[in-house]
Amino acid sequence: MNQILKKRVLTPVTKEIVVSAPHIARKAQPGQFVILRVSEQGERIPLTIADYNREEGTITLVYQEVGFTTKLLGKLEPNDTIMDLAGPLGLPAELPEKGCVVAVGGGVGVAPLLPKCKELHKRGVNLISIVGARSSDLIILEQEVKECSDELCICTDDGSRGFHGFVSDKLKQMLENGLKPDEVVAIGPMPMMKATCNVTREYGIKTWVSMNPIMVDGTGMCGACRVTVAGETKFACVDGPMFDGHLVDWDEAWRRANTYREQEKCANERCRCGGEH
Amino acid sequence: MAARKSRIEMPVQDPTARASNFEQVALGYTEKMALEEASRCLGCKKPLCVQGCPVSVNIPGFIKLIKEQKYQDAINVVKSTNNLPAVCGRVCPQEAQCESKCVLGRRGQPVAIGRLERFVADWELEHGTPEVPEVEPNGKKVAVVGAGPSGLTCAGDLAKLGYDVTIFESLHEPGGVLIYGIPEFRLPKDVVRKEVNYVRNLGVKIETSFIIGRTTTIDELFDDGFHAVFIGSGAGLPMFMHIPGENLNGVYSANEYLTRINLMKAYLFPEHDTPIVSGKKVAVVGAGNVAMDSVRCALRLGADKAMIVYRRGREEMPARAEEIHHAEEEGVEFHLLTNPVRILGDEKGWVKGMECIKMELGEPDKSGRRRPVPIPGSEFVLDVDTVIMSLGTSPNPILVQTTDGLGAHKWGGLKTHEETGRTTKPGVWAGGDAVTGSATVILAMGAGKAAAQDIHEYLESGSTDW
Ligand SMILES: Cc1cc2nc3c(=O)[nH]c(=O)nc-3n(C[C@H](O)[C@H](O)[C@H](O)COP(=O)(O)OP(=O)(O)OC[C@H]3O[C@@H](n4cnc5c(N)ncnc54)[C@H](O)[C@@H]3O)c2cc1C
Ligand code: FES
Repeated sequence: MNQILKKRVLTPVTKEIVVSAPHIARKAQPGQFVILRVSEQGERIPLTIADYNREEGTITLVYQEVGFTTKLLGKLEPNDTIMDLAGPLGLPAELPEKGCVVAVGGGVGVAPLLPKCKELHKRGVNLISIVGARSSDLIILEQEVKECSDELCICTDDGSRGFHGFVSDKLKQMLENGLKPDEVVAIGPMPMMKATCNVTREYGIKTWVSMNPIMVDGTGMCGACRVTVAGETKFACVDGPMFDGHLVDWDEAWRRANTYREQEKCANERCRCGGEH
Repeated sequence: MAARKSRIEMPVQDPTARASNFEQVALGYTEKMALEEASRCLGCKKPLCVQGCPVSVNIPGFIKLIKEQKYQDAINVVKSTNNLPAVCGRVCPQEAQCESKCVLGRRGQPVAIGRLERFVADWELEHGTPEVPEVEPNGKKVAVVGAGPSGLTCAGDLAKLGYDVTIFESLHEPGGVLIYGIPEFRLPKDVVRKEVNYVRNLGVKIETSFIIGRTTTIDELFDDGFHAVFIGSGAGLPMFMHIPGENLNGVYSANEYLTRINLMKAYLFPEHDTPIVSGKKVAVVGAGNVAMDSVRCALRLGADKAMIVYRRGREEMPARAEEIHHAEEEGVEFHLLTNPVRILGDEKGWVKGMECIKMELGEPDKSGRRRPVPIPGSEFVLDVDTVIMSLGTSPNPILVQTTDGLGAHKWGGLKTHEETGRTTKPGVWAGGDAVTGSATVILAMGAGKAAAQDIHEYLESGSTDW
């Protein structure tokens, strides 16, 4: 059983938990994820490992309470346990050893971005981070990202803090001003990753994105996580989750992510009227 | 009195009623039926049926005990060589194994061995006290990868020999295909859980949500003090056709479809959280057991039309005759000699049809079956909103990728010594679908058994020859 040791509220809808999971912590690498299940009737959902501590045998998960399962997870408190937790899954991120990298994080995507930032910093890469959200109160993990970045820009869609506009707009401005990074890593909502790729494509800058499709097993058994990359079908759970964003079929990925939108609505209504188990 | 020529029929749920529920289709013999069927067995001195059983169950022996109404003794006889009798009694292709050898089959119908096996196994699950043999621990640790029939069998046999056995299973529930693949209406999950518990009671530990190759590796298992490893990881990787439209919303692999339904209980949504698209016009591509299970699930999820689309003819369908018969009874449509060319989507990216081409049978191919060839110009569109690809599966490459010296064939199957199950890596055995590709429960169990025996001999001998 995997006990929750600590819990932190990052924004009204975003929470961070530190979970005891010695086997997973021992093996985890930046870019990998876990699959978890909260209750006996629960669904299996993937969450990126936002941090890990091998000595203490813990992993950190950050999630936004958007779906039914993340809302149930949000109700768990320290000392509660997560019923099933499997990992680490997926391939570790391929990160450069040197040069300059721009890390772009949108919304809750900053959480999966953080382990890559830490690793890049450790390798001595010149790291410029762009972190954004809809408004200033939704910016998460700012301090943590700042600590491992050589430069940090905050963006908000509503202009309540920092650059007024999307993270992709900020990146565009920087590139127009002559910044020449070797690579870009962009993690966040799909439209944000797509927009970022559209910006970097013009400049021919390799851009890594982290796909978060619907998954069931997370080990290559079902194909729920199919994404088309460079015209080929890939299973995000074993071939990814990081892919070259310029080669991803974004429209298909967006459509597939919305497969169960009707059912989600039904499940969420149940959650609101307290009909939980 | 001469034995009756025909066997006692199995009571089944009415086809119309059962096509809309997930309850068991075949209801099992009553005691009276079992006694009557058992009385047909001649109790041959040299029983051929036993030769047809991959785990050599003492068939005349247990049937004799049924005749004497000693049901606990009967099941103990079965269990001395078969740890999962309630499963095997339901899903084994007996018609191609033990029953095909029964001498009664020459002049009439063979003894219904599978139904009798199920009867005694169910009798014990209901009335009996499963007997757990006392064993002296021998202090040696064995790790088993995967809690499917091969892993459970190997683990159970080793535990009976005194080994300290741990099974590592990647999913959250043990059972392998028995839990995630075969539907409730053919194999109730309660039955599987009880049989898994029997293996646990033999002293086997089961670690779920533990993926070998990710959470830990085979080499690390040896570092952690395991003396031997058995791989029973199955053949879980789904195949697709690679035709246009295969990633549209509403296209599933059979594995995903069945996993959502069986492991995750999507048919009970929203009481269970996992959703599924329950199409009204569902096409399943393929005609094996997995395809039959998928198409029958589609009916039960409320499809108005559930169809099998298969590129060869009726004779070539690989599914068991009984499964095809049940599907037909329930109203499944068969589109034979028909092959999909592409899947058509609407403006929102959902399936709205499947273009197919008619086929005819040409020369026999490598498998001896006549090769289907397309008839030019015969394309037509099948009106469907959901497509399930059931084209077969292959072993997951994860173990080969993460284990030094573990050899595999190009198609993914692990290389092993046929009788012993030894892989190319010393100290590592393998069996079941991971070695053969998709096969049967009983063959997987047979392989687990043989490996357990060889593991025992190897560790006893203390030899390092491989
Ligand atoms: C839908 C369906 C219907 C079928 N119907 C029949 C039937 O009627 N009769 C019949 O005889 N056969 C049937 N079969 C075939 C039969 O189920 C299989 O041949 C049999 O289950 C194989 O057993 P196994 O132990 O080799 O593998 P599996 O049952 O596949 O079990 C393998 C287990 O290993 C786990 N695993 C895989 N990789 C790892 C890893 N790296 N680390 C940890 N765990 C891992 C998997 O999660 C799984 O639980 C059917 C198969 C399917 C899919
Ligand atoms: S989640 Fe099932 S194959 Fe990727």
